[in-house]
Amino acid sequence: MSRRLVLAFLLALAMALPVHAALTSDELLQDPVLEARARAIGKELRCLVCQNQSIDDSDADLARDLRHLVRERLLAGDSDAEIREFMVERYGEFVLLKPPVTMGTLLLWGGPFVVLAIGGALIVLSLRRRRAASTTALTPDEESRLAELLDEGTGRP
Amino acid sequence: MRRLLFVVPALVFVAIAGFLAIGLTRDPSTLPSALLDRPAPDFALPPLPGRDDAGFARADLGGGPMLVNFFASWCVPCRIEHPIIDRLAEAGVTVHGINYKDKPEDALAWLAELGDPFARVGRDQDGRVGIDWGVYGVPETYVIDADGTIVHKHVGPLQPRDLERTILPLLESLKR
Repeated sequence: MSRRLVLAFLLALAMALPVHAALTSDELLQDPVLEARARAIGKELRCLVCQNQSIDDSDADLARDLRHLVRERLLAGDSDAEIREFMVERYGEFVLLKPPVTMGTLLLWGGPFVVLAIGGALIVLSLRRRRAASTTALTPDEESRLAELLDEGTGRP
Repeated sequence: MRRLLFVVPALVFVAIAGFLAIGLTRDPSTLPSALLDRPAPDFALPPLPGRDDAGFARADLGGGPMLVNFFASWCVPCRIEHPIIDRLAEAGVTVHGINYKDKPEDALAWLAELGDPFARVGRDQDGRVGIDWGVYGVPETYVIDADGTIVHKHVGPLQPRDLERTILPLLESLKR
């Protein structure tokens, strides 16, 4: 019974594994160096049909065509940057999963740091205020009351 | 200072809500063309065998405003869109077709069944010309001006309201 459970669990685990790369073996390049470059480029290019997958991860027809195209341009001797430029010319900067830092994307790239700075400033401010509040001296009344309480405590057996 | 602590989050909220409200009015699946206001890419496509034209090439563009429609017989939205293309052609608009990744015999049967509104049809068997145009799904329709420049791209099937609101006024303004 328990073995069956373990098997079922392993099977479920296997099914939960993400299926990476829709690449099929017949589209790979012979040259491992070029193929590695093709993979690196493919990971950074957006499949325009599914939009949140890279062309390497997508089963869409267009993604396969674009993978072919990347390999074709590599064989023709294009640099990685030239291939990315080729794609951007046709599909716009949206095709790049990692948008370049430009004036238009400054807020996108800088935003998290701005939020971090604001949050940090707020923490520093509130810590400073708390420290200022905690160092206020006791009034004479409070001091005598405290002494009384302490005496009471030690007076007992 | 204390008041600022309350006002700043409220302002941040209003700003974010504003951006999101604008976002709701936009369709994230429709991408603007990277080729807008640029000359149409170079291409030369073979004809559908049996159709009496010599195919469709870059040289056929220009000389007046026209439409280029990417279609395929396997594409259901293309079938929905087809009567609209027919209507445009009847109204005297030049519409060229690019048959995208299709079997020629299927395409010919499709045109025979639904009517053939196209001035010229090129056969883009491997979809390579489609990639040069930035096509990411059929149907797509491009408006070309008299100089052969891409001035508008419509993704998905044309609807009657697209004709009235966008395509026809645009073609009219290009004639002048």
